Amino acid sequence: MIRIKVGPEDFDIGAETLIVAGQGGGAIASFVGQVRDDGHLETLELEHYPAMTHKALHEIAETALSDWPLHAVTIVHRVGKLPVGANIVLVVTGSDHRKAAMESCSFIMDRLKTVAPFWKKETRTDGAVQWIEERASDIEASEKWNK
Amino acid sequence: MGRPLNIVYFAWVRERLGIDQEQISLADGGETIADVLALLAGRGDAYADIFADSAKLRFALDQDYGLPASLIGAARELAIFPPVTGG
Repeated sequence: MIRIKVGPEDFDIGAETLIVAGQGGGAIASFVGQVRDDGHLETLELEHYPAMTHKALHEIAETALSDWPLHAVTIVHRVGKLPVGANIVLVVTGSDHRKAAMESCSFIMDRLKTVAPFWKKETRTDGAVQWIEERASDIEASEKWNK
Repeated sequence: MGRPLNIVYFAWVRERLGIDQEQISLADGGETIADVLALLAGRGDAYADIFADSAKLRFALDQDYGLPASLIGAARELAIFPPVTGG
């Protein structure tokens, strides 16, 4: 089962985990990404390409399902203006075994960061506004799964 | 006449151009993404600054990633945006 949600609304980690667990298995892994407080960040604004986002996330989930023995994959990604500490992204994977659940969850996050069409713009506490740039470490993390 | 191609812009590309989409007319779809970039850069000003260096940009044709050498073909939408930073 693949479940993809993209929108401004917050997500319920417990409820989403139960949905994946309900698909069977017994090994559930999840990752939650939040707006990090670095002491100078006011808000993070997430823009996306609606026509492409769902398709890109679905392709990542399908790759995970074909590369690991999974029962379910859920990807939730928020868009819009988010304050420090807010949830941004949730990935939940369910399998019969811990390794498959954890590895596929990690793969989905690495791929999402380099492929899914989202862009972050930060507003600092001093009023400065800037678009976040891609990180070489994210590209390396995504490429290591190709080996 | 020619055939229409809708171009959509995101993030700082959209902000610096001041528009989120526009339509251009192509001869026959035999053009590449690089050809479209050259056409846009030829308009000068912000267009020249943004589209002259394709290394800073990423592209999608009908919502699938493409490269500067990719043919427009039958695609109806070209998206031009910076490297993605979600998650």
